[in-house]
Amino acid sequence: MTPPVVEFQRVTKSYFRGEQEIPVLKDFSLSVPPGRFLAIMGPSGSGKTTILNLVAGLDRPTQGTIRAAGLAVSQQGESDLARWRARHIGFVFQFYNLIPVLTASENVELPLLLSTLTRQERVKHVQAALGLVGLKDRIHHYPRQLSGGQEQRVGIARAIVSDPTILLADEPTGNLDRTAAESVMALLSRLHRELNKTILMVTHDPRAAEYAQETLHFDKGTVASS
Amino acid sequence: MKLLLAYSLRNVWVRSSTAGLTIGGLALVSLILLAVLMLGNGLNRALIESGSPDNVLLLRKGATTEIASGIYRDQAHIVRTLADIAHTSGGEPLAIPELVVLISLAKSGAETPANVVVRGTRPDAFRLRPQVRLRQGRTWQPGTTEIVIGTQIATRFLRDGIGTHLRIGKRDWLVVGITESQGTAFESEIWGDVDQLMSAYGRDSYSSLTLRLSSSSAFQSIDDAIAADTRLLLQVKRERDYYREKSMTMATFIRLLGFTFTFIFAVGAVLGGTMTMYGAVASRTREIGMLRALGFRPRQILSALLFESLMLGALAGLLAIGGGMALQFVTLSTMNFSTFSELAFRLTLTPTSALATMGFALGISMVGGIPPAIRAARLSVAAALRAPGR
Ligand SMILES: Nc1ncnc2c1ncn2[C@@H]1O[C@H](COP(=O)(O)OP(=O)(O)OP(=O)(O)O)[C@@H](O)[C@H]1O
Ligand SMILES: [Mg+2]
Repeated sequence: MTPPVVEFQRVTKSYFRGEQEIPVLKDFSLSVPPGRFLAIMGPSGSGKTTILNLVAGLDRPTQGTIRAAGLAVSQQGESDLARWRARHIGFVFQFYNLIPVLTASENVELPLLLSTLTRQERVKHVQAALGLVGLKDRIHHYPRQLSGGQEQRVGIARAIVSDPTILLADEPTGNLDRTAAESVMALLSRLHRELNKTILMVTHDPRAAEYAQETLHFDKGTVASS
Repeated sequence: MKLLLAYSLRNVWVRSSTAGLTIGGLALVSLILLAVLMLGNGLNRALIESGSPDNVLLLRKGATTEIASGIYRDQAHIVRTLADIAHTSGGEPLAIPELVVLISLAKSGAETPANVVVRGTRPDAFRLRPQVRLRQGRTWQPGTTEIVIGTQIATRFLRDGIGTHLRIGKRDWLVVGITESQGTAFESEIWGDVDQLMSAYGRDSYSSLTLRLSSSSAFQSIDDAIAADTRLLLQVKRERDYYREKSMTMATFIRLLGFTFTFIFAVGAVLGGTMTMYGAVASRTREIGMLRALGFRPRQILSALLFESLMLGALAGLLAIGGGMALQFVTLSTMNFSTFSELAFRLTLTPTSALATMGFALGISMVGGIPPAIRAARLSVAAALRAPGR
């Protein structure tokens, strides 16, 4: 059996506001095999974003260990994590988080600045990624010249341009209308099917969750899978 | 890293209204500093550089200025026979005794008159001080009451220039030429025949004697020779040292005043720059979180933001230097405290002062940019990603 690509072992995560402890995850375990498309659903404040942050090493567990893409994430130093993230993690955000002063292709090129690729190779990768999301003709557009759906597709191109092991998407359709959401979801499931990406997607939208192979339901500390 | 450069540049461009204010503030402060430096340069030029390196000034022992000094005819005669003095092509020693007096002249467009230096000398004075040149007209005929006036006198006092009659002492004098001398104090002087000036004032002694050394290293032997001769009782100074001492108080005063102003404004500019950069960082918190999530290091983000403030500083520095170029056309006048005569000088832009101003602008933009940049780099990524805004 292939080892899981993401693994939470009895992870507890609490935030502290002064003396007050805010428990978010308690004894949470999770195992995601490679190539899985997993949706995470649950009410607001239940800890969905926290899980994604823990996978990417942007936040640390209070207890327990987390492994992702072959690394014990919870035990790494900041600069090792940054290097590992650049190589293995792609992020898709609810509000796209494109840099407004950079064009679509420049936004997509950003993660590649952290690689050893030459300028020509970078340009090739960027064009391939933008081609994949169907935005070849928008290369020189600035984010404000794009629709929400197009912006999110640029965001997805940026997430996949460095060919990461894991895609983390936090409410990727949360800000889009029905049609734009459907095209973004179709794109994500294509990435999953054709490029065999492991995808962890947080969503409030059951329609979006249907594209996933499996959905994790969070509710007040308890987890149910379907 | 061309892309990161573009990122910083376009951020400055996008925020051009706030950035413009910051740049304006920074530029203003830098311009104040530059003006102070230019003032210092101008004063230096007017005073210190009036002296030539190989020239030596003789004054009566105890006198600190030419006005207060006196040298008798026979003393001057003895000095002219000393060795180590340069000679003209005609074989004359280049050692010129001079009489310096002050006259009161009405300034065009001003209520109160000002004091002006009149120097009785010899035509060889143009050899002794090669920076002084005739710009217009001719020099005076020895033995006549003709005079030449410095260009500052011509523009500020005697607008009519050549042909003007002037009362000096008990005589009537005629302006026959106008001199210029690269911004030195001689531009604020009137020159004429020394013997005529002495008889106009009923004097029989000179004020000072200036000589050219045969070589720069001959200073010590002239100094020794004059000290050894008990008839002379004169003090020997390099001309440059004389002017430097004369200008010390005034230059120090002006610099002190200027630097105080610069400092006060600089504090304001640093605060302004810091606010701008804090604003830039605050409105971009989520963007910075995103960059960190992609795998950018705190150090890389720090440098991008610092580069942004440096851009602001560089633009401000360029503006200030542009302003300084315009200021070059300003002429200021001040009372020369040691001679109580009017001294005019130009604000002078030198490469060094331009460089210093650019350095200063970059420096304070850095100081303003560092705290917000550090704050940005230290942000917790998870918290930054939750931040509202762009
Ligand atoms: N930095 C923090 N300090 C304190 N509490 C925090 C912090 N970050 C998150 N929390 C709390 O942790 C809990 C889980 O937050 P999280 O963002 O993971 O929820 P979520 O499931 O993503 O919610 P939503 O659907 O609204 O995005 C919330 O109660 C939140 O208030
Ligand atoms: Mg969330």
